Amino acid sequence: MKYSVDEHGYYGQFGGAYIPEMLHPNVEELKNAYLEIMNEPGFKAEFEDLLRDYVGRPTPLYFAKRLSEKYNTKIYLKREDLNHTGAHKINNTLGQILLAKRLGKKRIIAETGAGQHGVATATVCALMGMDCIVYMGAIDMERQKPNVERMRIMGAEVRPATSGSKTLKDATNEAIRDWINNPVDTHYIIGSVVGPHPYPDMVARFQAIISEEIKWQLKGLTGRENPDHVIACVGGGSNAAGAFYHFLDNEDVNLIAVEAAGLGVNTDKSAATTYLGTPGVLHASRSLLMQTEDGQVVEPYSISAGLDYPGIGPMHAHLFESGRGSFFSATDDEAYEAGIRVSRLEGIIPALETAHAFAVLEQIEFKPDDIVVINLSGRGDKDLQTYIDRGDY
Amino acid sequence: MNNRIIELFKKKDKEVLNIYFTAGFPAIEDTTRILKALEKSGADMVELGIPYSDPLADGPTIQESGAQALDNGMTIKKLFEQLEGIREEVSLPIMFMGYINPIMQYGIENFCKKAGELGIDGLILPDLPFHEYNTMYKKVFEENNISNIFLVTPQTSEERLKVIDESSEGFIYVVSTNSTTGNADKKIDDNTAYFERIQNANLSNPTLIGFNIKDNETFTNASKYSNGAIIGSAFIKAIENSTDLEGDIDKFVKSVKG
Ligand SMILES: Cc1ncc(COP(=O)(O)O)c(C=O)c1O
Repeated sequence: MKYSVDEHGYYGQFGGAYIPEMLHPNVEELKNAYLEIMNEPGFKAEFEDLLRDYVGRPTPLYFAKRLSEKYNTKIYLKREDLNHTGAHKINNTLGQILLAKRLGKKRIIAETGAGQHGVATATVCALMGMDCIVYMGAIDMERQKPNVERMRIMGAEVRPATSGSKTLKDATNEAIRDWINNPVDTHYIIGSVVGPHPYPDMVARFQAIISEEIKWQLKGLTGRENPDHVIACVGGGSNAAGAFYHFLDNEDVNLIAVEAAGLGVNTDKSAATTYLGTPGVLHASRSLLMQTEDGQVVEPYSISAGLDYPGIGPMHAHLFESGRGSFFSATDDEAYEAGIRVSRLEGIIPALETAHAFAVLEQIEFKPDDIVVINLSGRGDKDLQTYIDRGDY
Repeated sequence: MNNRIIELFKKKDKEVLNIYFTAGFPAIEDTTRILKALEKSGADMVELGIPYSDPLADGPTIQESGAQALDNGMTIKKLFEQLEGIREEVSLPIMFMGYINPIMQYGIENFCKKAGELGIDGLILPDLPFHEYNTMYKKVFEENNISNIFLVTPQTSEERLKVIDESSEGFIYVVSTNSTTGNADKKIDDNTAYFERIQNANLSNPTLIGFNIKDNETFTNASKYSNGAIIGSAFIKAIENSTDLEGDIDKFVKSVKG
């Protein structure tokens, strides 16, 4: 597989494990164990059962008739919004907690931005009866109060990250520091395809269920296994990695990744990493990241907290550099308008992250016979206040 | 010119005191002032921190000092300017401690060359992986007479300790507990079995114990199991609000050495 990770944990020039020595044993343990555990029949059976009965998989692949008419092409929506907790994030947290149990870990830590990954982590910790500590930027805790309370109701402790800019990047730093201080009993559930090897590959494999289902569902609906285009939004890149995974080596499938342009890529309020970033190391992997000339990490901006991250996963940096992926971006306004449009045409209010994926329908003209799959990564309930604050619907 | 770290351990192998401070803190122009004061007050070695926006291995005290230094306008270029001619005034071994990203952006080769020219003796980059160092950067470190200082921790296996010892030149940085820097909850006394394991491992390099060493008691105690110790957060606290930098540095160093 040309676009999967190599034995040293790299995708082309991106990836690796730039970790302090304190984390070496943990990351090494994970690296040596994850594939073996994921391939155990007992693990697979437990994961599949819970995905079906607890998460509600398979999620539907739905032909969006009115949206297709509007854009004069064939649009299918992969309904990750219908998962328990309302987004794709739980595919990963469920997989990782089963893995953590097999590694004998007792305590789970996680970072979260908007709170979606934090909620998905708190959920599986309650399910498995494990201690759960979620780091969240102090500013994000203010902005995303309902998700903070959801986590607390399920028994998680939410700890504010008060360093740096007090958002997702700093919550991730705090979670890594916690892991350094508690290396023996703790597993860190990272929420996207970022972090040191093997995390990007492991998270991509847990999310790969998305494209696995797309293949057989599309075959049933259209007689074809492979769409012409797959579209997904990219924060760190986990929902995109899952939606792209089984199509990576089939170059006939166009992979379209959409980043958050914030107020515009030419302003200083943006999160479009492939456009604004340069190679560097953040959160222990080499990838593209937004930084100053001196290598200090720059604070990103997006209307959507889940895309408000100054880097992207190394797999996506490689897809970008190699040209295998087509990268687009959508501004706050474009995403908001796309969100309203999908709500009106299909009766689905998408998460603001996901709305960025829909915004490229305005930017790319597809052929009438093209099959376009859009990964509907999450539902918009958590963003209601932001939709309301904009108010021009 | 011989590497000053190696020369130091030839002359002194007990209670070596290595002090960490952040470049450009408390005020941007304090870097060389602090270096000179440390030499004068009797410190044996200095670890000069290069501030970074996302210092993963550091606790709040060093994080905040770095954030303030960045606010003060500290950059690698600026640091190199400040250190121009430093070897005419300071002869202590000096190491840089930093994170890989700012150095990558400067260019690792250029960075090592410039550091070598200025008379810097070593580099501590906690997030530079062993594999990447050995395959890509070892040669340029060596060409510029710069020791790469590796960390070991309570979790480091016997086997890995040997490999790290073989790749090291200068000393080995023994992290006292599973911890970020300056974590008051962690007591180094709990880890004597680990210190003894390192002490009895027949390493070819000297060792210094660091993280959560803060005063004469912890310094003396750590030095029993090693060639000396490293103090960071406690020193930062001693100077952060200082109105008499030289005086406070002298007091701190003397109080630690006892
Ligand atoms: C609904 C939804 N989509 C997308 C993302 C972005 O993350 P990723 O790029 O890892 O899929 C998030 C993150 O919070 C999210 O909640």
